[in-house]
Amino acid sequence: MSAPLLAVENLSISFPGEAGPVRVVDRVSLSIARGETLALVGESGSGKSMTALAMMRLVPKPGRIQPGAHIAFEGRDLLSLSVPDMRAVRGAGIGMIFQEPMTSLNPVTTVGDQVLEAIELHAKLSRAQARSHVIELFGLVGIPDAKHRFGAYPHQLSGGLKQRVMIAMAMAMRPRLLIADEPTTALDATIRAQILELLRDLSAKTETAVLLITHDFGVVNEVADRVAVMYAGEIVEEGSRGELLGHPRHPYTQGLLRSIPKAEARGHRLEEIKGSVPRPGHWPTGCRFHPRCPHAFAPCPGTEPQRTTVSATQAACCHLLDRSVEP
Amino acid sequence: MAAYFLRRIGYGVITLLGVLLLLFVLFFAVTDPDDIARKAVGERARPEVYAQWKTNHGYDKPLIINTGATGAGRFTDTLLAEHYRRMLTFDFGRSDADDSPISRRLREGALPSLGITVPLFVMGLVVSVAVALFVAFFRETYIDRVVLVLCMLTMSVAGLLYIIAGQYLVGQLLRWFPISGFDPNPAVVARFLALPVLVGVLSGFGADTRFYRTIFLEEIGRDYVRTARAKGCGDARVMVRHVLRNALIPILTNVVVQIPFLFTGALLLESFFGIPGLGALTVEAIQGNDFSTLRTMVYLGALLFIAGQILTDISYALADPRVRLG
Repeated sequence: MSAPLLAVENLSISFPGEAGPVRVVDRVSLSIARGETLALVGESGSGKSMTALAMMRLVPKPGRIQPGAHIAFEGRDLLSLSVPDMRAVRGAGIGMIFQEPMTSLNPVTTVGDQVLEAIELHAKLSRAQARSHVIELFGLVGIPDAKHRFGAYPHQLSGGLKQRVMIAMAMAMRPRLLIADEPTTALDATIRAQILELLRDLSAKTETAVLLITHDFGVVNEVADRVAVMYAGEIVEEGSRGELLGHPRHPYTQGLLRSIPKAEARGHRLEEIKGSVPRPGHWPTGCRFHPRCPHAFAPCPGTEPQRTTVSATQAACCHLLDRSVEP
Repeated sequence: MAAYFLRRIGYGVITLLGVLLLLFVLFFAVTDPDDIARKAVGERARPEVYAQWKTNHGYDKPLIINTGATGAGRFTDTLLAEHYRRMLTFDFGRSDADDSPISRRLREGALPSLGITVPLFVMGLVVSVAVALFVAFFRETYIDRVVLVLCMLTMSVAGLLYIIAGQYLVGQLLRWFPISGFDPNPAVVARFLALPVLVGVLSGFGADTRFYRTIFLEEIGRDYVRTARAKGCGDARVMVRHVLRNALIPILTNVVVQIPFLFTGALLLESFFGIPGLGALTVEAIQGNDFSTLRTMVYLGALLFIAGQILTDISYALADPRVRLG
């Protein structure tokens, strides 16, 4: 097996709190192969966006990546790169799109110039060449009347078009990895499907790997090859899409899947996971999910569950899977 | 855009007419023309001299209704009508204090005033925007904190103290520049203007820097800044191309409205440094009971303020594509 495109190891991120640093991401390890789409799933506050920002070294101040972490991208450790080298990775090696297309574009610059900037920063092209490249990109991401839209300001475009501009910007330099942080959450349902299809087509056509951050299993089912589930700063389960959606092993994943509305369950009350995600700094001891877990038993509050391999591709952190603890 | 502009000017004219009415009440109804005349010629002047002075200065007419006149003259041959006519045609008449034509004093005072206010405005703006951008970049570090404390310190000191301390330190002890005075000769004029400009920049530095820093910090936290970093922008580029460009909009409100006032000069600086500008002229008029000059300066101030407001709105439309005036 060849080396993965991106390998994150032992990533922890903390923010200063009143009583010392508070962790928001705790010892996360994950990897993405070339061309693969990994969905990172979890509720709000589980640390998935921070994990993604760490890969770009864009964790907002005063947050800090704890020593001991490694993020290898194409064999290079991003965390030890110089600032100019890291800048060359952003936009060129790794592209990123964000949740809010409304606010993620600079309101006082035309969308064409914003995509143009992404090219200028990394390639020595004449302005005319870069411009025609932008118009070509606009066509590629399905922006109608691309030439005319080059000079449009963000407020003149709909949410769906703005997200297409964001995708054009992130894909401008043909990155090997595209990080998409909840790319469809702020969009209407009909637009959502179009944007997902665009992402899937683009990544297939250009062989770009995608890290897709979402809380929506519908999105996971549409585009993911593999899935990792985050809870309270940790990855609690990962596996291929089929394994995770078909045979989830962690009670949290099972709960998430049961709380999706289904057509055949009409008239039945929707199941929910009781309680809410604990805030960073208030994580329970042992298994962090145990206060909300319907299967919690003796070792759960006291002992942290170890990662247990279920198949070649699936693993979960749950005492139920650990043969050494008897339920 | 044109329709908006015209409407805006229309509002401005209405405001100006109201300002003139207020001025009339303040200068002629609250203080009566007889008081002005008595102060000008002296309490013990003979009645002829007193009446002559009033006629010369046009203060001999009735206030609002001329009962001695017939037809339209009942309303036009009055102080109120005269007041509006003179102000709106910029025919300011003569000074109550020394009979010199006010328009000549305005012309003479404009250049020395601009000589101090324009460099003060430009330097003050450049220095505080640059420092604010710098500390916003180093937010939450000791550099940021040290500059903030310095800002608070410079804000806490009264403006007069800067003038006196500046004159003492730079003028008296170091002898770099003259303590006060003015000479319009281009070869030496800078020597006289340097100290007042420096003092002005220093006294405005703290408040402006803090204000701009707040604006920059607000912009730095925005999503589009993260997008810019994610596509590979360096720090300097992010600050200048993205943050500064967006912060221009709130900065403009603070700045453009000041531009017209560059013409009316700096009251304190001019009178303390003996610069014969319009600010000094105003202070002189207040001290010397020169009502006609003072009225002119207040009127011009109002006129410039209204112009500044219109200018601000137009600059908004130029800086922010989301604002389409209509």
